[in-house]
Order: sequence, then structure tokens, then C-alpha cells
Amino acid sequence: MSTTTTRGVAQPAPAKASPARPRRALRGNPTFNFWLFTGPFLIGLVIFVFVPIVWSIWLSFFDARYTVTPSHFIGFDNYKQILTNSNFPSSLVTFSVFAAFIVPTTWALSLGLALLVNQLTFMRAFFRSVFFLPTAVSYVAAALIWKMSIFNGVRFGLANTVMSWFGVDDTSWISNPSPPWYWLVIVTLRLWIQAGFYMILFLAALQNIPPELYEAAAIDGAKKGWQTFRYITLPQLRATSTAVILLLLIAAYQAFDEFFNIIGTKATWAQTPLMELYKTALGTDQDYGAGSAGAVILSLLICIVTLAQGKIMGFGGGEEK
Amino acid sequence: MSATSNSNWSRRSIFRAAAGMAAAGTLAACGSNNGRGGSGGSGSGKHLVQYFHAYGEAGTEQALKRYAAAYKKADVSTSWITGNNFESALFATLLSSKAPDVFEFHPQLQLVKSGQVADLSDLIDPVKDDFNPNDIKSHTVDGKIYGIRMIDDPQFFYYRKSMLEKAKVDVPTTLDELIEAAAKLTTGKVKGLFLGNDFTAIQNNLIWSAGADTLDAKNQIAYHTPGVIEGLKKLRTLFTSGHVLLDAPTDFWDPSSLDQGLCAIQWGGMWSMPAMQKALGDDLGIFPFPKIGSAGKQSVYNGGWSIFVNAKGKNVEAAKEYVKWLWIDQKQYQEDWATSYGFHIPPRTSIANQATKLKSGLPAEGVKLFTDYGHFDNIGWDQTMITAFNDVLASSVRKNGDPEKALDACDKKVNVELKKLFG
Repeated sequence: MSTTTTRGVAQPAPAKASPARPRRALRGNPTFNFWLFTGPFLIGLVIFVFVPIVWSIWLSFFDARYTVTPSHFIGFDNYKQILTNSNFPSSLVTFSVFAAFIVPTTWALSLGLALLVNQLTFMRAFFRSVFFLPTAVSYVAAALIWKMSIFNGVRFGLANTVMSWFGVDDTSWISNPSPPWYWLVIVTLRLWIQAGFYMILFLAALQNIPPELYEAAAIDGAKKGWQTFRYITLPQLRATSTAVILLLLIAAYQAFDEFFNIIGTKATWAQTPLMELYKTALGTDQDYGAGSAGAVILSLLICIVTLAQGKIMGFGGGEEK
Repeated sequence: MSATSNSNWSRRSIFRAAAGMAAAGTLAACGSNNGRGGSGGSGSGKHLVQYFHAYGEAGTEQALKRYAAAYKKADVSTSWITGNNFESALFATLLSSKAPDVFEFHPQLQLVKSGQVADLSDLIDPVKDDFNPNDIKSHTVDGKIYGIRMIDDPQFFYYRKSMLEKAKVDVPTTLDELIEAAAKLTTGKVKGLFLGNDFTAIQNNLIWSAGADTLDAKNQIAYHTPGVIEGLKKLRTLFTSGHVLLDAPTDFWDPSSLDQGLCAIQWGGMWSMPAMQKALGDDLGIFPFPKIGSAGKQSVYNGGWSIFVNAKGKNVEAAKEYVKWLWIDQKQYQEDWATSYGFHIPPRTSIANQATKLKSGLPAEGVKLFTDYGHFDNIGWDQTMITAFNDVLASSVRKNGDPEKALDACDKKVNVELKKLFG
């Protein structure tokens, strides 16, 4: 990925890849070696990604209630149903708003963390690990901790204990949607889990910025701080930022675990697009046709947004000279 | 819906799989081609899989496995499904090649109509008279019986006698009195009332206590009445009053909220009674859901769990034989299951008659509420309709939506489903 590409301002490119023979040839045939190494992955990719995608597209044109091998072709009826007669479109709108908020927030927070950690001269590895650790926690486990111990509604919940020091009454953070405190629960959890991972990406990119640029800027009279950040650091992070925003955007539309566990399906708000599809396809309706139609729409939407974003921000801009 | 379980961890793989697959545009990747296989047994009927939701009471899982191990004609393995919605785990699995041969659930017509559950009439008919007639009725479609009731689980309110006495509150018999009681019982540390975290546990009682029903005898909508609307409006005031316990660490099916003094009155099931008596001793009473409006009557929800045979499994005959062995023939196991862990009412008269634990004190009162005020499941009121009514509570009790509009939206979904089921 472009996030780790070393930009060759500092050092000249190596003369050429070393012509020396590989230390130990597996076998003389490079084609065989190619398939040996990519084959297992490719088989997995075909079975677990490509076949299901094609199957899903196929299902979306059939009346597939209670079956995944339907026979009754119904054209675009499933698409019509999922777009007009379900909660799926409104969940898309809700989550576009959610994405518009969570993506820049996570981007800014992880960049901020990366800058702070990068400044450290002391215990940098420690802080890097500390901020990265939450990435290893599963969304489900974290959701349960957030729901049952931090943001539960009783007096001994962590959040309510803290609030009680300031004389605030017990708040039901999740059950009561007005005011929508549940967003606080969801957003803090998501930031906690995600920020560290993107911080690592930014950190790698920051360390890749050639120090000569800063030296040159200093000689030209640029002030440390905002000016160098705005005109050197940020442009140099462009490729990484694009990738991070892209990943965050996809993650936002794919949100499921923490919403499912914290909000649950017995609510009419904060139902993510995937939860709606889950309810349609795997819930009591078992309507795989409509569920697949929704999945296809969601995939298309993610593709379009990705391409548009790539066009605007110039995906892979790191390679440009 | 009854004793739902108490942890979520093992659902994780399913969420992950569903999320990941849907992301790739593919909710359909459920394994083998037709996804309708049986247990993957050898076909000789020697291996059976049974699905149970995780009962909260200690010892239940071991008991179930002990019964299964005592069965000699087949090797029965038990899947103990933790998580907060057993139904979606079950429905998703029924479609896959790992579908269980035997599973517990509630009587719902769509399972019969889609050919998912096998006709068990020939197993039950010889002992039909021994069963509670209501339990036979709720499992019968066109004269055929599709499931065997294992346990009846009445749901009602539990209350701390000492707290009501201290606040000088009488046991409420109307919803207004209940709301008033909740206010009087709320102190700095204790909330007056706990109805479960999302209020859906009492949705059927809301309908019955308002003098309405889910569906009428002709299988048409019967819940859309002024009484139900009044009830929804009152529940909304209760929800916002600050006198109900919300976001408790455990839900209504767990005795902890009352045991730990988080509330003075809690909605719960008969299964919680032994644990509550152990924690609170004599400081415990029960009462039915109070009536709503002048046309209302008090009500108790006679939930429970029944055993079904997967008609699309590979080992239908072997599964039926096992079910007959355990849930018809082995009366000592049936009694053990109903009374040794949580309390449940045995659906069979002969077992109920000898269940001494249910003969006196609070358990006997529970049995009386079950008999006097109980409403059983209507097999036509299926999961889609239950889910549609969940939304009514979400949008007009937890949110400030118009109950009339919420019920209209529910009507639409229920009518679509009714049309599918009854034409």
C-alpha cells in the first residue's frame, strides 16, 4: 500500500535490483512458484469472496425466501422492495450522516495521536503499543464492556458514577433515544478501537517524510508548528490520508457489531444498513433475495464513493512525481 | 419469548460472518449448495444434534446433556446457544447444512407452513389427554400437532413486600396504580419498577390487559384498539418518568435486578423464582400485569418452550424417536427439567400433580396466576408479527412517536404476513 512507500528524496534509487540468483531456488520454474505461492490464497479468495458475490447477485433476481437455491426469477422486484418498502434506504441516510461525522473525527484523532507519539523522544514504543492495543479487541467484547459496565443505567455504572460526582442523576445512556446519548456510547467505542490502528499508518508515513524538507523549509524561514504542518507534513501525508479515509468510509458503512450488541434490533433507530440486511436475510423473514439486492446496492454505493473519492483526492497520489 | 440467555460471546462468529459476507455483497454464502442438509450424520441415524437456548439457571446445560447421554439409540449432541436472540441464530442455522435435527422454540405457524417442523401427532396422541389442553391447542394446525410442550413459563411481576410496605403502597391492579406505585417506590438508590431494558417483554400483556388480543378467532388483527393506544401512552409517561430502571446490566429474565435491590418491582418469569427466594427469602410477592382502562383485565403471559423436529433434516425418524423417548416417555427427566433448576410448570397433568415443589407457598401462587390470568401463545402470531410489534414499543414508548401511527405501520407488516400464512 502506498502508505509505506518510501519516497526517494533522501537517497538515490538503488542502482538496480541485485542480479544475484535467489539463495535457493525452489524449482527452476517461476510459473510454478507463482502458483505455489498465490494458489492457496487465490482458492480462498474465489471460494469465500468471488463465488458468494456472484451468488448474491444471482439471488437478488430471484424469489429466495427460505432458500438459497431459488428457481423463481422475478427481475428487479427485490430491488424495488428493498428500496421502497423497507427501512434500508433510511438506514443508508442515517449512516451517511454517521460516516460524515465519524470519518473526519477518527482521521483527526489518529493523526493527532501519530503527531504526538512522533514527537516523543522517550518511551515512544510504549505509547505506540498502548494506543495500538485496542485494535486487538473485538468489537463484540468491547461493545459488551461499554454497554454493561461503562454505560449501564444503574448507579454503579462507570459513566453514572463519574456523573454523580457532579450531582447529575443516573442517565439511561442506551435505552432512551431522546436525547440520543447512544451515539456517545457508539462513537467513543469506535474511536477507541479504530484510532490506534490508523495512528500506526500515519506514524509510518510521518517517519517517511524526508527531514531535508523540514530543513529546507527552516532555511526558507518557515516557522515550526502550524506552518510546517500545513505546508509540509499534511501534503506529504496525502497518500496515507486518502487510504485512511477510504478505509474509514468503508468501515462506517459496514458498521454492525457494536450497533447490534449495544442498540440491538428491537429499536427503530440506529439500525445500520448491514443490520437491516441481516434482519431481512437472516432474521425471521429469511428473504435472501431482498437481502442480496440490498447487499448489491450497498456494494455499488461503496464502489462509487470509493472511486469518486479517489478521483477527488487522487488515490495512490504517493506515486506521482 | 421466555428465559432468554445471559451472554453474547459465542454469537460473535455469526455476526462476523454475516458482516463480512454482506460487506462483500454476499449474504448467501451459507455453505453447501442447497443449505438444507441435516446434521451431517452418517444417514444411519446414529448422530443427532439438538439446539437449545442457554437457560440462565445453574445446572440446566448439564442436565440436558445428562438426559441426552442416557439415550442409547443415538448419539445426541447439544448446541447450547448463548446470545440475546436465539431466534435469529436458530432460523439462520435451520437453513444451513448444520441444521439441528431437534430444536426448542415456540409454536409459530410459519414453521409449519414452510414445512420446517415435522408432524408429531403420532407421538403425542396416546398421551394427549395428559397434556394441558391449551398446550395442545397452541401446537395444533388442521388437527395435527407439531411440537411437544416441555415447560410452561408464566411471566408476572415480582415485588419486594418490605419496600411496598415501607412506602405504603398496595399491590397495583391497574396500570395507573402501577405508575403511581413506581413513583412512590423510587428512592435515591432504588427505582420503582423494572420492565426489562427495552419494554418488549411486556408487549403481549399490554395487549391482553387492555382487553384486546393479538389476533382474533378469524386470524385478523385484534390488537389495534383504543385500550392498547391508551396503554402505550401510559407506558410512554412511565418510560420518561425516571421511575423505571433502564439499561440494567441484566434483562428481565434474570433475577439480579430485584435481588440486588436495583428496583422494587420487576417483571420476570416463574423460572427466576428459586433464585429470588434464595436471595430474598419471604420478602417476595407476585402479581399479574394490571389492567388497562375500564375494559381491561389483569393478565399473565404463559410463555414456555416446546421441542420440535426438523422435518428437513436427514434423520427425521431417529429424531422423532429421541423426542418421544425424552419428552413423552421419560417422566422423571421431564419433572427434573421443570422443577430442579428454575421453576416451570409441567404441561402434563400427571407430572404437575406430583411436583411437590409447586404445591405450596409462592410457587403455588404462581401456578394460580398461570391458571387464573394466563394467556397462551397463539400459533398464528409469528416472529415477523412479534418483531413488528417490537417496533411499536420502540417508536411510541421509547421514542415519542404517535401510537396510532406506530400501530398503523405494524398493521401493514402484520397484514402482509397474515396474507402469506392464511391467504
